Amino acid sequence: MVTINTDDGPIWRRRTTAQQWMHWLCWLIGVAIVVYCWKLISDRTIWFFVTDAGTQAADLATRMVPPKWSYMEKLWIPVWDTINIATLGTLLALVAAFPIAFLAARNTTPNKAVRAIALLVIVSSRSINSLIWALMLVAIIGPGVFAGVLAIGFRSIGFCAKLLYEAIEEIDPNQVEAIEATGATGGQKLIYGVIPQILPTFAGISVFRWDINIRESTVLGLVGAGGIGLQLDASISTLAWTQVSLILLVILATVIVSEWVSAKVRHAII
Amino acid sequence: MSMAAETRYPDRWRKPPLIKSSLLRWCLWLGAAIYLALALGTMDINWQRVAEGLPRGQKFVTAFFPPDFISRWDSIVEGILESIWMTVISTVAGIALSVPVGLGAARNLAPMPVYLSCRGIIALSRTFPEVILAIFAVKLFGFGPFAGFLALSIATIGFFAKLLAEDIEDCDPGQAEAVKATGANWFQWINYAIQPQVMPRMIGLSVYRLDINFRESAVVGIVGGGGIGATLLTAFDRYEFDSAAAILVTIIVIVMVLEYCSGYLRKWVQ
Repeated sequence: MVTINTDDGPIWRRRTTAQQWMHWLCWLIGVAIVVYCWKLISDRTIWFFVTDAGTQAADLATRMVPPKWSYMEKLWIPVWDTINIATLGTLLALVAAFPIAFLAARNTTPNKAVRAIALLVIVSSRSINSLIWALMLVAIIGPGVFAGVLAIGFRSIGFCAKLLYEAIEEIDPNQVEAIEATGATGGQKLIYGVIPQILPTFAGISVFRWDINIRESTVLGLVGAGGIGLQLDASISTLAWTQVSLILLVILATVIVSEWVSAKVRHAII
Repeated sequence: MSMAAETRYPDRWRKPPLIKSSLLRWCLWLGAAIYLALALGTMDINWQRVAEGLPRGQKFVTAFFPPDFISRWDSIVEGILESIWMTVISTVAGIALSVPVGLGAARNLAPMPVYLSCRGIIALSRTFPEVILAIFAVKLFGFGPFAGFLALSIATIGFFAKLLAEDIEDCDPGQAEAVKATGANWFQWINYAIQPQVMPRMIGLSVYRLDINFRESAVVGIVGGGGIGATLLTAFDRYEFDSAAAILVTIIVIVMVLEYCSGYLRKWVQ
Protein backbone atom coordinates (compact mmCIF):
# COMPACT_ATOMS: atom_id res chain seq x y z
CA MET A 1 0.00 0.00 0.00
CA VAL A 2 1.53 3.29 -1.07
CA THR A 3 0.56 6.88 -1.52
CA ILE A 4 1.43 8.74 -4.68
CA ASN A 5 2.01 12.49 -4.42
CA THR A 6 0.28 14.55 -7.07
CA ASP A 7 -0.40 18.27 -7.37
CA ASP A 8 -3.76 17.76 -5.69
CA GLY A 9 -2.17 15.99 -2.73
CA PRO A 10 -1.40 12.31 -1.97
CA ILE A 11 -3.58 9.60 -3.50
CA TRP A 12 -3.86 6.16 -1.96
CA ARG A 13 -2.88 3.23 -4.20
CA ARG A 14 -2.91 -0.47 -3.47
CA ARG A 15 0.35 -1.21 -5.31
CA THR A 16 3.44 0.69 -6.42
CA THR A 17 3.76 1.35 -10.13
CA ALA A 18 6.28 -1.46 -10.57
CA GLN A 19 4.06 -3.90 -8.69
CA GLN A 20 1.12 -2.84 -10.81
CA TRP A 21 3.06 -3.55 -14.00
CA MET A 22 4.16 -6.96 -12.70
CA HIS A 23 0.55 -7.66 -11.84
CA TRP A 24 -0.58 -6.84 -15.37
CA LEU A 25 2.27 -8.86 -16.87
CA CYS A 26 1.23 -11.96 -14.88
CA TRP A 27 -2.34 -11.49 -16.04
CA LEU A 28 -1.17 -11.12 -19.64
CA ILE A 29 0.82 -14.37 -19.49
CA GLY A 30 -2.08 -16.18 -17.86
CA VAL A 31 -4.60 -14.96 -20.43
CA ALA A 32 -2.22 -15.82 -23.29
CA ILE A 33 -1.88 -19.41 -22.01
CA VAL A 34 -5.64 -19.77 -21.66
CA VAL A 35 -6.35 -18.36 -25.12
CA TYR A 36 -3.73 -20.62 -26.67
CA CYS A 37 -5.17 -23.72 -24.95
CA TRP A 38 -8.63 -22.70 -25.98
CA LYS A 39 -7.57 -22.39 -29.60
CA LEU A 40 -6.08 -25.89 -29.54
CA ILE A 41 -9.25 -27.31 -28.00
CA SER A 42 -11.55 -25.53 -30.41
CA ASP A 43 -9.49 -26.81 -33.36
CA ARG A 44 -10.39 -30.31 -32.30
CA THR A 45 -14.05 -29.64 -31.71
CA ILE A 46 -16.69 -30.31 -34.30
CA TRP A 47 -18.62 -27.09 -33.83
CA PHE A 48 -21.65 -28.38 -35.69
CA PHE A 49 -22.32 -30.81 -32.85
CA VAL A 50 -21.88 -28.04 -30.28
CA THR A 51 -24.32 -25.65 -31.97
CA ASP A 52 -26.70 -28.56 -32.22
CA ALA A 53 -26.57 -29.16 -28.47
CA GLY A 54 -29.70 -27.17 -27.65
CA THR A 55 -31.97 -29.30 -29.79
CA GLN A 56 -30.20 -32.42 -28.57
CA ALA A 57 -30.77 -31.41 -24.96
CA ALA A 58 -34.43 -30.68 -25.56
CA ASP A 59 -34.82 -34.02 -27.31
CA LEU A 60 -33.05 -35.85 -24.52
CA ALA A 61 -35.18 -34.12 -21.90
CA THR A 62 -38.40 -35.29 -23.54
CA ARG A 63 -37.02 -38.83 -23.72
CA MET A 64 -35.93 -38.89 -20.09
CA VAL A 65 -39.23 -37.94 -18.44
CA PRO A 66 -41.05 -39.51 -16.82
CA PRO A 67 -38.55 -41.86 -15.13
CA LYS A 68 -39.50 -45.50 -15.45
CA TRP A 69 -40.37 -46.13 -11.81
CA SER A 70 -41.09 -49.83 -12.34
CA TYR A 71 -37.39 -50.35 -13.13
CA MET A 72 -36.65 -49.62 -9.48
CA GLU A 73 -37.16 -53.23 -8.41
CA LYS A 74 -34.13 -54.21 -10.50
CA LEU A 75 -32.03 -51.49 -8.92
CA TRP A 76 -32.11 -52.47 -5.24
CA ILE A 77 -29.36 -55.09 -5.61
CA PRO A 78 -27.04 -52.81 -7.62
CA VAL A 79 -27.51 -50.08 -4.98
CA TRP A 80 -26.64 -52.58 -2.24
CA ASP A 81 -23.58 -53.62 -4.28
CA THR A 82 -22.55 -50.00 -4.73
CA ILE A 83 -22.71 -49.35 -1.00
CA ASN A 84 -20.76 -52.54 -0.33
CA ILE A 85 -18.07 -51.58 -2.82
CA ALA A 86 -17.64 -48.24 -1.11
CA THR A 87 -17.69 -49.62 2.44
CA LEU A 88 -15.51 -52.69 1.93
CA GLY A 89 -13.14 -50.69 -0.28
CA THR A 90 -12.80 -48.06 2.43
CA LEU A 91 -12.15 -50.75 5.06
CA LEU A 92 -9.49 -52.35 2.87
CA ALA A 93 -7.86 -48.98 2.29
CA LEU A 94 -7.85 -48.12 6.00
CA VAL A 95 -6.26 -51.44 6.93
CA ALA A 96 -3.54 -50.91 4.34
CA ALA A 97 -3.12 -47.17 4.90
CA PHE A 98 -2.53 -47.46 8.66
CA PRO A 99 0.92 -49.10 8.50
CA ILE A 100 1.90 -47.15 5.38
CA ALA A 101 1.16 -43.88 7.15
CA PHE A 102 3.47 -44.85 10.02
CA LEU A 103 6.21 -45.75 7.56
CA ALA A 104 5.76 -42.43 5.74
CA ALA A 105 5.62 -40.08 8.72
CA ARG A 106 8.94 -38.42 9.46
CA ASN A 107 8.78 -39.10 13.20
CA THR A 108 7.81 -42.78 13.11
CA THR A 109 9.53 -44.07 9.98
CA PRO A 110 12.35 -46.58 10.51
CA ASN A 111 14.63 -45.00 7.87
CA LYS A 112 14.74 -42.74 4.85
CA ALA A 113 14.60 -45.45 2.20
CA VAL A 114 11.43 -46.94 3.68
CA ARG A 115 9.91 -43.47 3.85
CA ALA A 116 10.66 -42.85 0.16
CA ILE A 117 9.02 -46.14 -0.82
CA ALA A 118 5.96 -45.41 1.31
CA LEU A 119 5.63 -41.96 -0.23
CA LEU A 120 5.91 -43.46 -3.71
CA VAL A 121 3.12 -45.92 -2.90
CA ILE A 122 0.97 -43.05 -1.65
CA VAL A 123 1.55 -40.90 -4.72
CA SER A 124 0.97 -43.74 -7.19
CA SER A 125 -2.22 -44.77 -5.49
CA ARG A 126 -3.48 -41.19 -5.39
CA SER A 127 -2.59 -40.22 -8.95
CA ILE A 128 -4.54 -43.04 -10.54
CA ASN A 129 -8.28 -42.56 -10.51
CA SER A 130 -10.44 -45.37 -9.16
CA LEU A 131 -11.98 -45.82 -12.60
CA ILE A 132 -8.53 -46.52 -14.05
CA TRP A 133 -7.74 -48.88 -11.19
CA ALA A 134 -11.02 -50.61 -12.02
CA LEU A 135 -10.08 -50.78 -15.69
CA MET A 136 -6.83 -52.54 -14.76
CA LEU A 137 -8.40 -54.85 -12.21
CA VAL A 138 -11.23 -55.87 -14.52
CA ALA A 139 -8.63 -56.82 -17.10
CA ILE A 140 -6.74 -58.84 -14.48
CA ILE A 141 -9.30 -60.49 -12.18
CA GLY A 142 -12.43 -60.21 -14.26
CA PRO A 143 -15.55 -58.08 -14.01
CA GLY A 144 -17.62 -57.95 -10.83
CA VAL A 145 -17.98 -56.41 -7.42
CA PHE A 146 -14.63 -57.75 -6.20
CA ALA A 147 -12.72 -55.71 -8.82
CA GLY A 148 -14.70 -52.66 -7.69
CA VAL A 149 -13.82 -53.20 -4.03
CA LEU A 150 -10.14 -53.54 -4.87
CA ALA A 151 -10.23 -50.49 -7.16
CA ILE A 152 -11.81 -48.30 -4.49
CA GLY A 153 -9.40 -49.73 -1.93
CA PHE A 154 -6.27 -49.08 -4.00
CA ARG A 155 -7.36 -45.56 -4.85
CA SER A 156 -8.17 -44.72 -1.23
CA ILE A 157 -4.93 -46.06 0.28
CA GLY A 158 -2.99 -43.04 -0.92
CA PHE A 159 -5.62 -40.55 0.18
CA CYS A 160 -6.04 -42.00 3.68
CA ALA A 161 -2.34 -42.62 4.21
CA LYS A 162 -1.44 -39.07 3.14
CA LEU A 163 -3.88 -37.41 5.53
CA LEU A 164 -2.94 -39.84 8.28
CA TYR A 165 0.82 -39.38 8.01
CA GLU A 166 0.36 -35.62 8.05
CA ALA A 167 -1.61 -36.07 11.28
CA ILE A 168 1.13 -38.29 12.71
CA GLU A 169 3.77 -35.68 11.93
CA GLU A 170 1.76 -33.08 13.83
CA ILE A 171 1.35 -34.99 17.10
CA ASP A 172 2.50 -33.61 20.41
CA PRO A 173 5.94 -35.20 21.10
CA ASN A 174 5.66 -34.56 24.84
CA GLN A 175 3.06 -37.28 25.25
CA VAL A 176 5.27 -39.81 23.48
CA GLU A 177 8.19 -38.75 25.64
CA ALA A 178 6.08 -39.19 28.77
CA ILE A 179 5.19 -42.73 27.72
CA GLU A 180 8.84 -43.38 26.94
CA ALA A 181 9.80 -42.21 30.42
CA THR A 182 7.71 -45.02 31.94
CA GLY A 183 10.01 -47.50 30.21
CA ALA A 184 7.68 -48.39 27.34
CA THR A 185 8.96 -50.36 24.38
CA GLY A 186 8.66 -49.07 20.79
CA GLY A 187 5.33 -50.79 20.18
CA GLN A 188 3.90 -49.55 23.47
CA LYS A 189 5.00 -46.03 22.60
CA LEU A 190 3.01 -46.26 19.37
CA ILE A 191 -0.07 -47.75 21.02
CA TYR A 192 -0.22 -45.44 24.06
CA GLY A 193 1.62 -42.36 22.83
CA VAL A 194 0.87 -41.91 19.14
CA ILE A 195 -2.34 -43.72 18.28
CA PRO A 196 -4.61 -42.02 20.86
CA GLN A 197 -3.55 -38.69 19.41
CA ILE A 198 -4.39 -39.56 15.81
CA LEU A 199 -7.51 -41.63 16.45
CA PRO A 200 -10.02 -38.77 16.02
CA THR A 201 -8.34 -37.73 12.76
CA PHE A 202 -8.36 -41.33 11.63
CA ALA A 203 -12.08 -41.67 12.26
CA GLY A 204 -12.73 -38.38 10.48
CA ILE A 205 -10.68 -39.46 7.47
CA SER A 206 -12.48 -42.80 7.20
CA VAL A 207 -15.93 -41.23 7.16
CA PHE A 208 -14.81 -38.53 4.74
CA ARG A 209 -13.31 -41.06 2.35
CA TRP A 210 -16.35 -43.34 2.64
CA ASP A 211 -18.52 -40.45 1.51
CA ILE A 212 -16.27 -39.84 -1.52
CA ASN A 213 -16.15 -43.55 -2.28
CA ILE A 214 -19.94 -43.84 -2.45
CA ARG A 215 -19.82 -41.23 -5.20
CA GLU A 216 -16.97 -42.94 -7.02
CA SER A 217 -18.41 -46.43 -6.76
CA THR A 218 -21.54 -45.35 -8.63
CA VAL A 219 -19.53 -45.10 -11.85
CA LEU A 220 -17.20 -48.08 -11.54
CA GLY A 221 -19.76 -50.20 -13.38
CA LEU A 222 -19.01 -48.27 -16.57
CA VAL A 223 -15.87 -50.35 -16.97
CA GLY A 224 -17.48 -53.52 -15.61
CA ALA A 225 -16.57 -53.37 -11.93
CA GLY A 226 -20.05 -53.84 -10.46
CA GLY A 227 -22.55 -51.57 -8.79
CA ILE A 228 -25.19 -49.31 -10.23
CA GLY A 229 -22.83 -48.10 -12.96
CA LEU A 230 -23.40 -51.39 -14.78
CA GLN A 231 -27.12 -50.61 -15.08
CA LEU A 232 -26.31 -47.05 -16.09
CA ASP A 233 -23.99 -48.22 -18.82
CA ALA A 234 -26.48 -50.81 -20.07
CA SER A 235 -29.35 -48.30 -20.08
CA ILE A 236 -27.31 -45.69 -21.97
CA SER A 237 -26.11 -48.24 -24.49
CA THR A 238 -29.68 -49.37 -25.19
CA LEU A 239 -30.88 -45.73 -25.27
CA ALA A 240 -33.35 -46.51 -22.47
CA TRP A 241 -33.37 -42.91 -21.29
CA THR A 242 -36.29 -43.29 -18.89
CA GLN A 243 -34.20 -45.87 -17.02
CA VAL A 244 -31.20 -43.56 -17.13
CA SER A 245 -33.13 -40.76 -15.46
CA LEU A 246 -34.32 -43.13 -12.73
CA ILE A 247 -30.75 -44.33 -12.15
CA LEU A 248 -29.53 -40.74 -11.90
CA LEU A 249 -32.23 -40.02 -9.33
CA VAL A 250 -31.19 -43.10 -7.36
CA ILE A 251 -27.55 -41.99 -7.45
CA LEU A 252 -28.60 -38.53 -6.29
CA ALA A 253 -30.55 -40.02 -3.39
CA THR A 254 -27.70 -42.36 -2.41
CA VAL A 255 -25.18 -39.55 -2.42
CA ILE A 256 -27.41 -37.27 -0.38
CA VAL A 257 -28.06 -40.01 2.19
CA SER A 258 -24.36 -40.85 2.43
CA GLU A 259 -23.51 -37.18 2.88
CA TRP A 260 -26.09 -36.90 5.65
CA VAL A 261 -24.78 -40.03 7.37
CA SER A 262 -21.16 -38.89 7.19
CA ALA A 263 -22.04 -35.43 8.49
CA LYS A 264 -23.89 -37.04 11.45
CA VAL A 265 -21.05 -39.43 12.22
CA ARG A 266 -18.40 -36.72 11.95
CA HIS A 267 -20.47 -34.54 14.24
CA ALA A 268 -20.70 -37.38 16.76
CA ILE A 269 -16.94 -38.04 16.69
CA ILE A 270 -15.60 -34.52 16.81
CA MET B 1 -0.61 -59.22 57.04
CA SER B 2 -4.38 -59.34 56.92
CA MET B 3 -4.53 -55.55 56.55
CA ALA B 4 -2.46 -55.67 53.36
CA ALA B 5 -4.75 -58.28 51.85
CA GLU B 6 -7.80 -56.07 52.37
CA THR B 7 -6.45 -52.91 50.71
CA ARG B 8 -5.29 -54.25 47.39
CA TYR B 9 -4.90 -51.75 44.63
CA PRO B 10 -5.18 -52.68 40.95
CA ASP B 11 -1.68 -53.27 39.68
CA ARG B 12 -2.58 -53.10 36.03
CA TRP B 13 -3.93 -50.10 34.14
CA ARG B 14 -6.41 -50.57 31.34
CA LYS B 15 -7.18 -48.10 28.61
CA PRO B 16 -10.70 -46.70 29.06
CA PRO B 17 -12.96 -47.79 26.21
CA LEU B 18 -13.82 -45.30 23.47
CA ILE B 19 -17.58 -45.76 23.88
CA LYS B 20 -18.65 -45.68 27.53
CA SER B 21 -21.87 -47.69 27.39
CA SER B 22 -20.92 -51.33 26.96
CA LEU B 23 -24.36 -52.20 25.54
CA LEU B 24 -23.97 -49.65 22.73
CA ARG B 25 -20.41 -50.88 22.15
CA TRP B 26 -21.51 -54.47 21.73
CA CYS B 27 -24.47 -53.46 19.55
CA LEU B 28 -22.13 -51.55 17.24
CA TRP B 29 -19.74 -54.50 17.01
CA LEU B 30 -22.64 -56.87 16.37
CA GLY B 31 -24.11 -54.57 13.71
CA ALA B 32 -20.74 -54.29 12.00
CA ALA B 33 -20.31 -58.07 12.06
CA ILE B 34 -23.78 -58.69 10.60
CA TYR B 35 -23.19 -56.10 7.88
CA LEU B 36 -19.81 -57.60 6.98
CA ALA B 37 -21.29 -61.10 6.81
CA LEU B 38 -24.13 -59.91 4.57
CA ALA B 39 -21.86 -57.82 2.36
CA LEU B 40 -19.26 -60.52 1.90
CA GLY B 41 -21.99 -63.12 1.45
CA THR B 42 -23.60 -61.29 -1.46
CA MET B 43 -20.32 -60.35 -3.09
CA ASP B 44 -20.08 -63.53 -5.12
CA ILE B 45 -16.38 -63.70 -5.96
CA ASN B 46 -15.48 -66.00 -8.81
CA TRP B 47 -12.19 -67.33 -7.41
CA GLN B 48 -11.59 -69.43 -10.49
CA ARG B 49 -11.68 -66.32 -12.67
CA VAL B 50 -9.43 -64.52 -10.20
CA ALA B 51 -6.93 -67.37 -10.35
CA GLU B 52 -7.07 -67.32 -14.15
CA GLY B 53 -6.38 -63.62 -14.16
CA LEU B 54 -3.36 -63.74 -11.89
CA PRO B 55 -0.87 -64.64 -14.63
CA ARG B 56 -2.27 -61.75 -16.63
CA GLY B 57 -1.81 -59.54 -13.60
CA GLN B 58 1.76 -60.72 -13.37
CA LYS B 59 2.23 -59.84 -17.03
CA PHE B 60 0.83 -56.43 -16.27
CA VAL B 61 3.15 -55.88 -13.34
CA THR B 62 6.18 -57.07 -15.33
CA ALA B 63 5.13 -54.67 -18.12
CA PHE B 64 6.02 -51.85 -15.74
CA PHE B 65 9.67 -52.94 -15.97
CA PRO B 66 10.31 -51.38 -18.42
CA PRO B 67 7.18 -49.57 -19.62
CA ASP B 68 7.00 -49.20 -23.39
CA PHE B 69 7.11 -45.51 -24.22
CA ILE B 70 8.32 -46.03 -27.78
CA SER B 71 5.68 -47.81 -29.84
CA ARG B 72 2.78 -45.51 -28.94
CA TRP B 73 4.85 -42.44 -28.24
CA ASP B 74 2.96 -40.17 -30.64
CA SER B 75 -0.48 -40.93 -29.29
CA ILE B 76 0.77 -40.69 -25.69
CA VAL B 77 2.19 -37.22 -26.30
CA GLU B 78 -0.92 -36.11 -28.11
CA GLY B 79 -3.20 -37.46 -25.37
CA ILE B 80 -1.18 -35.89 -22.57
CA LEU B 81 -1.08 -32.51 -24.31
CA GLU B 82 -4.80 -32.61 -24.92
CA SER B 83 -5.33 -33.46 -21.26
CA ILE B 84 -3.17 -30.54 -20.21
CA TRP B 85 -5.05 -28.03 -22.41
CA MET B 86 -8.33 -29.39 -21.13
CA THR B 87 -7.11 -29.10 -17.54
CA VAL B 88 -5.99 -25.49 -17.91
CA ILE B 89 -9.11 -24.31 -19.74
CA SER B 90 -11.56 -26.13 -17.51
CA THR B 91 -9.87 -24.94 -14.33
CA VAL B 92 -9.91 -21.32 -15.48
CA ALA B 93 -13.47 -21.47 -16.81
CA GLY B 94 -14.68 -23.40 -13.78
CA ILE B 95 -13.16 -20.91 -11.35
CA ALA B 96 -14.46 -17.94 -13.36
CA LEU B 97 -17.94 -19.42 -13.20
CA SER B 98 -17.70 -20.38 -9.56
CA VAL B 99 -16.81 -16.88 -8.34
CA PRO B 100 -20.35 -15.49 -8.89
CA VAL B 101 -21.87 -18.74 -7.65
CA GLY B 102 -19.62 -18.69 -4.59
CA LEU B 103 -20.47 -15.06 -3.82
CA GLY B 104 -24.14 -15.92 -4.15
CA ALA B 105 -23.82 -18.94 -1.91
CA ALA B 106 -22.28 -17.01 0.99
CA ARG B 107 -24.96 -16.32 3.57
CA ASN B 108 -23.42 -13.03 4.70
CA LEU B 109 -23.46 -11.51 1.19
CA ALA B 110 -26.49 -12.84 -0.62
CA PRO B 111 -30.22 -12.53 0.06
CA MET B 112 -32.11 -15.75 0.74
CA PRO B 113 -33.43 -16.60 -2.77
CA VAL B 114 -30.01 -16.08 -4.38
CA TYR B 115 -28.39 -18.06 -1.59
CA LEU B 116 -30.73 -21.01 -2.05
CA SER B 117 -30.41 -21.14 -5.83
CA CYS B 118 -26.61 -20.92 -5.71
CA ARG B 119 -26.46 -23.64 -3.05
CA GLY B 120 -28.71 -25.71 -5.33
CA ILE B 121 -26.28 -25.32 -8.24
CA ILE B 122 -23.40 -26.37 -6.00
CA ALA B 123 -25.23 -29.40 -4.63
CA LEU B 124 -26.20 -30.58 -8.12
CA SER B 125 -22.75 -30.27 -9.62
CA ARG B 126 -21.16 -31.94 -6.60
CA THR B 127 -23.44 -34.96 -6.66
CA PHE B 128 -22.53 -36.45 -9.98
CA PRO B 129 -19.02 -37.72 -10.56
CA GLU B 130 -17.05 -36.18 -13.45
CA VAL B 131 -17.60 -39.30 -15.53
CA ILE B 132 -21.39 -39.05 -15.52
CA LEU B 133 -21.17 -35.35 -16.38
CA ALA B 134 -18.81 -36.31 -19.19
CA ILE B 135 -21.21 -38.95 -20.53
CA PHE B 136 -23.91 -36.33 -20.91
CA ALA B 137 -21.52 -33.70 -22.28
CA VAL B 138 -20.38 -36.21 -24.90
CA LYS B 139 -23.97 -37.04 -25.72
CA LEU B 140 -24.93 -33.38 -26.17
CA PHE B 141 -21.76 -31.80 -27.57
CA GLY B 142 -20.16 -34.65 -29.46
CA PHE B 143 -16.90 -36.51 -28.89
CA GLY B 144 -13.69 -34.69 -28.20
CA PRO B 145 -12.00 -32.43 -25.69
CA PHE B 146 -14.83 -29.89 -25.67
CA ALA B 147 -17.11 -32.35 -23.86
CA GLY B 148 -14.36 -33.15 -21.37
CA PHE B 149 -13.76 -29.46 -20.82
CA LEU B 150 -17.44 -28.88 -20.04
CA ALA B 151 -17.64 -31.82 -17.66
CA LEU B 152 -14.54 -30.74 -15.75
CA SER B 153 -15.68 -27.11 -15.58
CA ILE B 154 -19.02 -28.09 -14.09
CA ALA B 155 -17.33 -30.34 -11.56
CA THR B 156 -14.96 -27.49 -10.69
CA ILE B 157 -17.91 -25.21 -9.90
CA GLY B 158 -19.23 -27.61 -7.30
CA PHE B 159 -15.87 -27.89 -5.60
CA PHE B 160 -14.60 -24.34 -5.82
CA ALA B 161 -17.81 -22.39 -5.25
CA LYS B 162 -18.56 -24.40 -2.11
CA LEU B 163 -15.17 -23.74 -0.55
CA LEU B 164 -15.22 -20.10 -1.65
CA ALA B 165 -18.63 -19.59 -0.08
CA GLU B 166 -17.51 -21.22 3.17
CA ASP B 167 -14.41 -19.07 3.23
CA ILE B 168 -16.41 -15.88 2.65
CA GLU B 169 -18.75 -16.84 5.46
CA ASP B 170 -15.74 -17.13 7.77
CA CYS B 171 -14.51 -13.65 6.85
CA ASP B 172 -13.83 -11.06 9.52
CA PRO B 173 -16.95 -8.83 9.46
CA GLY B 174 -15.01 -5.94 10.98
CA GLN B 175 -12.95 -5.38 7.85
CA ALA B 176 -16.03 -5.63 5.66
CA GLU B 177 -17.79 -3.04 7.77
CA ALA B 178 -14.77 -0.73 7.77
CA VAL B 179 -14.62 -0.69 3.98
CA LYS B 180 -18.36 -0.17 3.77
CA ALA B 181 -18.05 2.80 6.13
CA THR B 182 -15.80 4.58 3.60
CA GLY B 183 -18.76 4.70 1.22
CA ALA B 184 -17.54 1.97 -1.08
CA ASN B 185 -20.03 0.57 -3.59
CA TRP B 186 -20.75 -3.16 -3.78
CA PHE B 187 -17.92 -4.04 -6.17
CA GLN B 188 -15.38 -1.99 -4.23
CA TRP B 189 -16.61 -3.63 -1.08
CA ILE B 190 -16.03 -7.12 -2.52
CA ASN B 191 -12.71 -6.08 -4.05
CA TYR B 192 -11.18 -4.41 -1.00
CA ALA B 193 -12.87 -6.09 1.96
CA ILE B 194 -13.67 -9.67 0.96
CA GLN B 195 -11.18 -10.52 -1.76
CA PRO B 196 -7.96 -9.88 0.20
CA GLN B 197 -9.24 -12.10 3.01
CA VAL B 198 -10.06 -15.11 0.85
CA MET B 199 -7.37 -14.74 -1.82
CA PRO B 200 -4.45 -16.72 -0.30
CA ARG B 201 -6.58 -19.77 0.34
CA MET B 202 -8.26 -19.49 -3.06
CA ILE B 203 -4.95 -19.47 -4.91
CA GLY B 204 -3.94 -22.62 -3.07
CA LEU B 205 -7.25 -24.22 -3.85
CA SER B 206 -7.10 -23.33 -7.55
CA VAL B 207 -3.74 -25.03 -7.88
CA TYR B 208 -5.15 -28.01 -6.01
CA ARG B 209 -8.13 -28.09 -8.36
CA LEU B 210 -5.77 -27.92 -11.36
CA ASP B 211 -4.16 -31.04 -9.96
CA ILE B 212 -7.55 -32.77 -9.53
CA ASN B 213 -8.71 -31.74 -12.99
CA PHE B 214 -5.61 -33.25 -14.56
CA ARG B 215 -6.27 -36.53 -12.79
CA GLU B 216 -9.92 -36.47 -13.78
CA SER B 217 -9.07 -35.57 -17.37
CA ALA B 218 -7.54 -39.03 -17.61
CA VAL B 219 -10.96 -40.45 -16.79
CA VAL B 220 -13.32 -38.40 -18.94
CA GLY B 221 -11.46 -39.76 -21.95
CA ILE B 222 -12.75 -43.24 -21.13
CA VAL B 223 -16.30 -42.16 -22.01
CA GLY B 224 -15.23 -40.13 -25.05
CA GLY B 225 -14.27 -36.79 -23.54
CA GLY B 226 -10.83 -36.55 -25.13
CA GLY B 227 -7.43 -36.47 -23.48
CA ILE B 228 -5.14 -39.23 -22.25
CA GLY B 229 -8.03 -41.42 -21.06
CA ALA B 230 -8.95 -42.41 -24.61
CA THR B 231 -5.37 -43.48 -25.30
CA LEU B 232 -5.30 -45.42 -22.05
CA LEU B 233 -8.57 -47.21 -22.82
CA THR B 234 -7.30 -48.19 -26.26
CA ALA B 235 -4.12 -49.56 -24.73
CA PHE B 236 -6.15 -51.68 -22.28
CA ASP B 237 -8.54 -52.89 -24.95
CA ARG B 238 -5.61 -54.09 -27.04
CA TYR B 239 -4.01 -55.73 -23.97
CA GLU B 240 -0.95 -53.56 -24.64
CA PHE B 241 -0.09 -53.47 -20.96
CA ASP B 242 3.39 -52.08 -21.53
CA SER B 243 1.98 -49.02 -23.30
CA ALA B 244 -0.69 -48.69 -20.61
CA ALA B 245 2.05 -48.82 -17.99
CA ALA B 246 3.91 -46.07 -19.84
CA ILE B 247 0.79 -43.89 -19.80
CA LEU B 248 0.23 -44.53 -16.11
CA VAL B 249 3.83 -43.69 -15.27
CA THR B 250 3.49 -40.46 -17.26
CA ILE B 251 0.32 -39.53 -15.36
CA ILE B 252 1.95 -40.29 -12.01
CA VAL B 253 5.02 -38.21 -12.85
CA ILE B 254 2.96 -35.23 -13.99
CA VAL B 255 0.77 -35.40 -10.89
CA MET B 256 3.88 -35.56 -8.70
CA VAL B 257 5.35 -32.50 -10.41
CA LEU B 258 2.06 -30.63 -10.11
CA GLU B 259 1.76 -31.55 -6.46
CA TYR B 260 5.29 -30.39 -5.74
CA CYS B 261 4.68 -27.09 -7.56
CA SER B 262 1.37 -26.52 -5.81
CA GLY B 263 2.93 -27.16 -2.40
CA TYR B 264 5.69 -24.67 -3.22
CA LEU B 265 3.22 -22.09 -4.55
CA ARG B 266 0.96 -22.42 -1.52
CA LYS B 267 3.88 -21.84 0.82
CA TRP B 268 4.89 -18.79 -1.23
CA VAL B 269 1.39 -17.32 -1.17
CA GLN B 270 0.88 -17.67 2.57
